[in-house]
Amino acid sequence: MNITVRIWRQHDQAAAGRMVSYKVDGISPDMSFLEMLDVLNDQLTAAGDDPVAFDHDCREGICGMCSLVINGIAHGPEALTTTCQLYMRHFDDGDTIDIEPWRSESFPILRDLIVDRSAMDRIIQAGGYISAPTGSAPDAAATLVPKKNADRAFDAAVCIGCGACIAACPNGSGMLFTGAKANHLGVLPQGQPERHERALAMVNQHDAEGFGGCTQIGECTAVCPVGIPLDVISFLNADVLSALPRKTD
Amino acid sequence: MSTGNVAGVRSTAARSSVALHAAMAVTGLIMILFLLAHMYGNLKVFEGQQGFDGYAAYLREIAQPLLPHAGALWILRVILLASVLLHIFSAFTLWHRSRSATGGKGGWRYETTKNRRGVQRSYASFTMRWGGVVIGLFVIYHLLHLSADVIAPGGASASPYQRMVNGFQIWWVVLSYVIALIALGFHLRHGIWSAFASLGANKSVGTRRFLNQLATVVMLIILVGFLVPPLAIFAGWVS
Amino acid sequence: MEPLFTVGEPIQDVKAPAGPLQDQWEARRFGAKLINPANRRKLSVIIVGTGLAGSSAAATLGEAGYHVKSFCYQDSPRRAHSIAAQGGINAAKNYRNDGDSIRRLFYDTVKGGDYRSRESNVYRLAEVSSAIIDQCVAQGVPFARDYGGLLDTRSFGGVQVSRTFYARGQTGQQLLLGAYQALERQVSAGTVEVHTRHEMLELIVIDGKARGVVVRDLVDGTLETHMADAVVLASGGYGNVYHLSTNAMGCNTSATWRAHRKGALFANPCFTQIHPTCIPVSGEHQSKLTLMSESLRNDGRIWVPVKAGDTRAPGDIPKEERDYYLERQYPAFGNLVPRDVASRAAKNQCDAGRGVGPGGRGVYLDLADAIVRLGRDAIEEKYGNLLDMYQKITDEDPYRVPMRIYPAVHYTMGGLWVDYDLESSIPGLFVIGEANYSDHGANRLGASALMQGLADGYFILPNTINDYLAKNPADAADSSHPEAVKALETVHERLNRFLSINGNRTVDSFHKELGALVWEYCGMERNAEGLEHAVGLIRALKDEFWTNVKVTGTNEELNQTLERAGRVADFFELAELMCIDALHRAESCGSHFRTESQTDDGEALRNDDAFAYVAAWEFTGEGSPPRLRKENLEYHNVELAQRSYK
Repeated sequence: MNITVRIWRQHDQAAAGRMVSYKVDGISPDMSFLEMLDVLNDQLTAAGDDPVAFDHDCREGICGMCSLVINGIAHGPEALTTTCQLYMRHFDDGDTIDIEPWRSESFPILRDLIVDRSAMDRIIQAGGYISAPTGSAPDAAATLVPKKNADRAFDAAVCIGCGACIAACPNGSGMLFTGAKANHLGVLPQGQPERHERALAMVNQHDAEGFGGCTQIGECTAVCPVGIPLDVISFLNADVLSALPRKTD
Repeated sequence: MSTGNVAGVRSTAARSSVALHAAMAVTGLIMILFLLAHMYGNLKVFEGQQGFDGYAAYLREIAQPLLPHAGALWILRVILLASVLLHIFSAFTLWHRSRSATGGKGGWRYETTKNRRGVQRSYASFTMRWGGVVIGLFVIYHLLHLSADVIAPGGASASPYQRMVNGFQIWWVVLSYVIALIALGFHLRHGIWSAFASLGANKSVGTRRFLNQLATVVMLIILVGFLVPPLAIFAGWVS
Repeated sequence: MEPLFTVGEPIQDVKAPAGPLQDQWEARRFGAKLINPANRRKLSVIIVGTGLAGSSAAATLGEAGYHVKSFCYQDSPRRAHSIAAQGGINAAKNYRNDGDSIRRLFYDTVKGGDYRSRESNVYRLAEVSSAIIDQCVAQGVPFARDYGGLLDTRSFGGVQVSRTFYARGQTGQQLLLGAYQALERQVSAGTVEVHTRHEMLELIVIDGKARGVVVRDLVDGTLETHMADAVVLASGGYGNVYHLSTNAMGCNTSATWRAHRKGALFANPCFTQIHPTCIPVSGEHQSKLTLMSESLRNDGRIWVPVKAGDTRAPGDIPKEERDYYLERQYPAFGNLVPRDVASRAAKNQCDAGRGVGPGGRGVYLDLADAIVRLGRDAIEEKYGNLLDMYQKITDEDPYRVPMRIYPAVHYTMGGLWVDYDLESSIPGLFVIGEANYSDHGANRLGASALMQGLADGYFILPNTINDYLAKNPADAADSSHPEAVKALETVHERLNRFLSINGNRTVDSFHKELGALVWEYCGMERNAEGLEHAVGLIRALKDEFWTNVKVTGTNEELNQTLERAGRVADFFELAELMCIDALHRAESCGSHFRTESQTDDGEALRNDDAFAYVAAWEFTGEGSPPRLRKENLEYHNVELAQRSYK
């Protein structure tokens, strides 16, 4: 396969960026999308140019590091797939593919396709945890967890924190990410004591980071590589709203 | 959570996007209740002038003599006006936040021209904000025409029935009304589902489907209910 | 010719208290000096790496009140490669009432490691395993539950009890997120500062003690010196020396190798685990390999066609023309033999021409019988995400067509030598998780890596590091100390050297060639002749690297090529040591199979008389042969036996 890629090139956060076209030849359909970029980078290095910087690490769809908007869609055209698990067999010979970084005012571009997603860490810092100091835990079997709740918690807990939801949201909202954590911890018995405080603190941090609000469009869940359901946002909304009117405790 | 200042966390959260969306949801639902009542009143047009004007007069007599003349109506008007203002205020605040979050470009912030509509965005969700503006402008015009009797296409009258029949005999009045209703339809289609989701009602895939169906049904009822009287007048079935 | 290595004084662990195995850990905790909580905040600890070991240690030390500085090369601590572990985590809970106990977990681990690990450390690991599950459940880790709401378990390769706790196929992810959340909680409490996108490039040793690190800010290239009262390396394993492995692209040995060059002994580098169930290589372009959890071996049956060169589609091969070779050769354990055994068996089948798929390097892992027995839904519930991943990569439907698998490098048992306190041979330098060599001997059992990482981070290090800190009160060493300045300059010079070579070959091409070489000569089977040959080849390739590599750009920018160049340069030195270690260990044990040392029926043949020791290597200078320091292994509680899974 021979393809053309148009890639966002930007030297650093302060620099201006632009789309640059490259031809990449001899691509095998069994290559992953990132291996195609590896080939391009070999070409660029051989020519003495700076290779394209992009984030990637595990290349098996779990670490959440890879983060490319491909033809306008976060993680590309395949549903339930991270960029690193996207294979070139889903493209055609002669295609032109546009590749851009996640775009959100809260994700400054560091170089080319790499953005700074530390805002998401700060949302977790604000309350995305259960306070369980090491050594304080009762026996694991002491509290039964209905399978339904354990499964529901798991479905929300598989969020890989890649930020595709934010990159895809027309409002630049991070509510799917935030809701997933609130939902994961909020349906488990261990997460009940801090449940409402957690929801409030995370939503406040979400807003303070400059993410937009959720208008329930559902674009986030459509691009989510692990299929976090949209209802986690409603779960978070309900927790926040029921926590608002309480008296100061 | 480490601060331990729950009150502070709570007062900040009261200004959060979640709270603003809840405000939009509640005020939106109030307006929908109003629309349903309004629609019911409009359909009275088929009872003839006496029935329609009688209904209009009755609205001013609700809860009399406990309340003064038109007292209940004014209470409802104040609630409605407050809802409208809060709805608009929240909408603009959230709009501003979304624009800031996306460098002022919203869903069009990518250089590529491919897949500008995203993966699955509905037309309704696409037009919430501009649809809202269209509806807002229409409501002003509508109030000036049929409530305040300030602009009077087709001829002014003391009888609401007469005003309505006079107005909807003119093609552009009907057309403007239809356009506004289409905007309203889109707005309701996404708005009703979104309101319930914002309030925390979307608990599963099943409820999500139900809420979306509910939104479509309510939207259609309101649309049809509002379209029938003017079209009937325009067609000459009511005169 | 100069000898490849020299032999120095033996070493031994002096920290494990004398007495019965089951009392040692309690005795050690009692013997360790404590630090007044008020004094802890004056003490600082650097932790490099944020995987299970690093995150859990940082969170726990932060909770205890120490001032923790944590570093990772990724953009968030949550991305560390522990996240990719699929199958599960072992714990001697005996919830199944199937005869499990601390002693059995201890025994299984020592036996699984083919009797090349230290009894005291392994027993302690088994002892704290239960508390890990408690801790994780309290944090909200959504382990699989049965309909009664109790924790579910499954069995794993190499054991006959069901002691593996799991969260579908994403156990590592869920455990890491638990540790990550605990870490972020401490960040907000102000006890831990996390430096993301920072890579450790040098260890600072002052007066013989580890006192700090030099890190590079990967965003703008700034070199920073960070000083502390103790340094903890939790930087993971070195499997990427093979280029193709199941490790993440960024996994590297630089932190441990830099420490080794500063005096930390490197133990058993040749013990590298080849995981039997990975997706086979599809072509030249391949950048990494993907693991399919070996939990699949619970329900999947492994087979090859009886006839060599059989190219029929798997569905067209009748049962009687299939060789379920693991079930045939190892009737007692069948498809659940330990990883090293399963891997080599697959290699042998492929070498004999019975391999399947492109290039003939693959065997079938067939779920068809399990689907008939349990139903498709049950299989989907257990392995859904793994099977989806397989389908994405290969474009084949594993519910209908048997999966193709082949062994791939997965985990490294070797690592920096540590004592019972997890302290390396440099005082004040602690090493935890995969980065150390401690618990798995010559082969690690499935679902034990997560257990060890969390045991080290949550429970062991936080109870031993205090002893060092209490005995070595903080002094005023800061980044202007001559040793710190020197370390910074060394790093600077090295980076400039990479940038000034301006040769003709990319960093990746060197990495690929090095990897292929190590895989060929120091992979699933090794022999003296090949290893000697490999040392020569590695040296030649290393020389070429230092004269012909092309690193574009500058240091003062985000430069991924420069990052990789540093990692590959360290892999060259490590690869040489691996081959030397493999060469000197003229026995087969666990993952280390020397063709010269096998039984008549081709099983690994240990030589306990000559090799019942840990080979800890001392760095003696650039170009100078490493020095072997032996730690003799004594077994008082298990009897050394030839492993048998038949």
